[in-house]
Amino acid sequence: MSWLERFARPKVRALFRKDDIPEKLWEKCPACEQMIFHRELEAQMRVCPHCGHHMRIDARTRLSQLFDDGAFQTIELPAVPVDPLRFRDRKRYPDRLREAQGASTLADAIIVAHGKLGGHQTVIAASEFSFMGGSMGMAVGEALVAAARLATLQEAPLIVIPASGGARMQEGVLSLVQMARTTVAIEELREAGLPYIVVLTDPTTGGVTASFAMIGDIAIAEPGAMIGFAGARVIEETIRQQLPAGFQKAEYLLDHGMLDMVVHRHKLRETLTRVIDLLMTAPRSADVVAYPRTGLDIPAQPRA
Amino acid sequence: MNSYLDFEKPIAEIEGKIRELRHLSGDGGLNIVEEVARLQGKVDRTLRQTYARLTPWQKALVARHPERPHCLDYVAALVQDFTPLAGDRKFGEDRAVIGGLGRFRGRAIMLIGQEKGRDTAERVTHNFGMPNPEGYRKAVRLMRLAERFGLPVVTLVDTPGAYPGIGAEERGQAEAIARSIETCLDLRVPIVSIVIGEGGSGGAIALATANKVLMLEHAIYSVISPEGCASILWRSAEHAQEAAEALKLTSEDLLKLGVIDEIIGEPLGGAHRAPADAISSVGEALERSLSELRGVAGGDLRSRRRQKVLAIGQKTLG
Ligand SMILES: [Zn+2]
Repeated sequence: MSWLERFARPKVRALFRKDDIPEKLWEKCPACEQMIFHRELEAQMRVCPHCGHHMRIDARTRLSQLFDDGAFQTIELPAVPVDPLRFRDRKRYPDRLREAQGASTLADAIIVAHGKLGGHQTVIAASEFSFMGGSMGMAVGEALVAAARLATLQEAPLIVIPASGGARMQEGVLSLVQMARTTVAIEELREAGLPYIVVLTDPTTGGVTASFAMIGDIAIAEPGAMIGFAGARVIEETIRQQLPAGFQKAEYLLDHGMLDMVVHRHKLRETLTRVIDLLMTAPRSADVVAYPRTGLDIPAQPRA
Repeated sequence: MNSYLDFEKPIAEIEGKIRELRHLSGDGGLNIVEEVARLQGKVDRTLRQTYARLTPWQKALVARHPERPHCLDYVAALVQDFTPLAGDRKFGEDRAVIGGLGRFRGRAIMLIGQEKGRDTAERVTHNFGMPNPEGYRKAVRLMRLAERFGLPVVTLVDTPGAYPGIGAEERGQAEAIARSIETCLDLRVPIVSIVIGEGGSGGAIALATANKVLMLEHAIYSVISPEGCASILWRSAEHAQEAAEALKLTSEDLLKLGVIDEIIGEPLGGAHRAPADAISSVGEALERSLSELRGVAGGDLRSRRRQKVLAIGQKTLG
């Protein structure tokens, strides 16, 4: 069984296909509207075989697609204060949070995992877009800090795969501050001489794009991914003009010099492996700086 | 004082009476002095009462008051030999971001600030204080220049947010903001940021990641504008007042949360009533912060700044 088949094991499928009818055999491509046999779509890593549209995938599937043999260990997300502002809109924030946790079985909108990628010990942090729009609050910020430190301890490259609407409004300015906190984490990683690779996926916007997502040493995006700072509607309302075709799509960003490459999902694992191979060959010339720990409990070695 | 905010109506009425009395008396006959003094006392009392319990939404209105002192007012009053420096050396000059060398209390500094503009023409020139990527790239360039010459960086934050436009996106607004934050966190010279009006989201934090973050009493600093938050979470911008409450965007809340280090008190009735007083308080607070950081080694300035940022979140309102 190849890693490709393994990632589609029924248990994992059940985890994020719960919004679909359980016995559903066919799915419609949202781009070309063609019907696709469910199993074929999974085998194609949820890329439409007719038009090449890259459908959104959840964080766990993403990780199993990338790590060798689909095998990885996740780390427990560091605990952060819940509902620091006692935020209430039409709903209480803790209720929204519990709903998202119940629906996803995740603690927050990110998974931090480590394992081998092309034989290299690698740390990957992947956003879960279905968890409150992948929004970044304290938990996501702290998870990225932990991911960068785990990578430093393991002398491993860090790959971050955002899919996020931006900062989480319900944590107010404390979510805004995560833009700076995550940047500190990346700077520390960089000073340890380790590669920081970002794979931008659909959609990545707002405070996430304007911080850790746009400072990758290598910036990769999936085809057709929507990537931007401001939302298209906000821009239209501000300038009262129609937006150009393909605006804020990965290919558009590539043309404007904002990305290194746009990579098909089927080629992503191979591309990441090659990039890491090339970056990690020379002996590291790390400007290693000591930094105080924040009390996060991170395993120095991968857990079995 | 020309423009009154809605909640300042009672004050507007009393001050209207004072003006009327002065106008009627013409030559300033003695008989009105007592009445004017009485009315003035009433104005002060009303102002004190109103401004002591401004709601977060009212603070947002005060923070955006058209007569509130702006970046260039602070520069004019506090910075000698101001020498504006223009351009990002990549694409253009962004007049939403003022930058330049100057002398503050005898010592050279690099000043970077967002300017909203006063009248319509100025507002257009300064793009209402909404920077394009060039503004942030200019800021990065000037911060690096300051670092090379050992000059402290002072930033004045006052923006509704980074500009949402086609060109801004094409030229990498997100990347420009991210690099500005990154540079703030890397710099080996002191950085002091002062939120003087509106600290609008990513467009603000790009310049407000500092060793010391000060904030004027009635300024606001938030992840999203109350209107934007209301239209998303309440599905209508009409709920902006509730959103302003929920976002905890006042200086008092931000101090409790450890996001800012100090509140700079405003004159009675807000900075727009007595701009010179507000500017002089900012000058005093800035001098205190700069002198605290003077003599600290570059590497320490950087690591302390990073540790400070990482420590945010340990204090909550919950
Ligand atoms: Zn299709």
